[in-house]
Amino acid sequence: MNAESLILFKLYIMVTPLLFIIGLFSIMTTRNIVAIIIGIEIMTKGVTLLFATSGYFSSKPEITQNFIIVMIIVEVVILTIAAGLIINIAKKYDSLSTKNIRNLKG
Amino acid sequence: MENLYIHIFLLFLVVITSVFAVSHFRIIRGAILLGGVSFFVSIILFMLKAPMAAMFELSVCAGLITVIFISVISITNPPYIDQRKQNRISMWKKIVALLSIILVCGVCIYIIDEKNIAFIPVMKNASAAAMTTKDSIWNMRHVDLIGQALILLTGIFAVVVLFKKGKDEK
Repeated sequence: MNAESLILFKLYIMVTPLLFIIGLFSIMTTRNIVAIIIGIEIMTKGVTLLFATSGYFSSKPEITQNFIIVMIIVEVVILTIAAGLIINIAKKYDSLSTKNIRNLKG
Repeated sequence: MENLYIHIFLLFLVVITSVFAVSHFRIIRGAILLGGVSFFVSIILFMLKAPMAAMFELSVCAGLITVIFISVISITNPPYIDQRKQNRISMWKKIVALLSIILVCGVCIYIIDEKNIAFIPVMKNASAAAMTTKDSIWNMRHVDLIGQALILLTGIFAVVVLFKKGKDEK
């Protein structure tokens, strides 16, 4: 690995956890359900970039592309289910706060 | 070296856009900025020699997910100002979150600098011959396809259950 690649590698290894942490911070500091889902999306973006980085620097991007595609599909399914839940919660409580979900029974 | 500057610029844009997406006052603008994050991530994926993943990212994450977000926000119509003021998190929780973030960043920097990580191990089977993405999907990781199909079916089932009307609902 030459000097430029090493700088690039370290840069990606530092930035991808940062994206994950930005998403985590969003989840920890909000009670709006949509904002929480946005945080989860940003966390998955960080993981996607980390997969792509590992594929690029190990010279095998074709394998990591599979993982990225699987992850995107999982991401879409999560968002679709979350969207259904959000719509139902908004209909029931007329609010998007996570405080209301604590009142659920069962 | 010019390539390095492009990478740095794109990563800077991704981080800045994601910070604005999580901290914006209006949720709908946050969702649109999330689409921007996906767009920049897809450019980075193209530059990291992952064109199929970039195409998926651009079409699904930047397109479909943004559309779903905007439609959910417009259906639920969240009240912006009052709701946001009521649901504010206390300051000490934010401080705890910030401290944990600084701790994780410190651990990452320590691992990278002190342990001198400068390589990623290559899989033994993967290094044998030149392989395309098509080969790796259909020959090497074909079990993943079953998992993907199951996940999609789970999503369809969940949507059907979630949007089913109750007995007393008209």
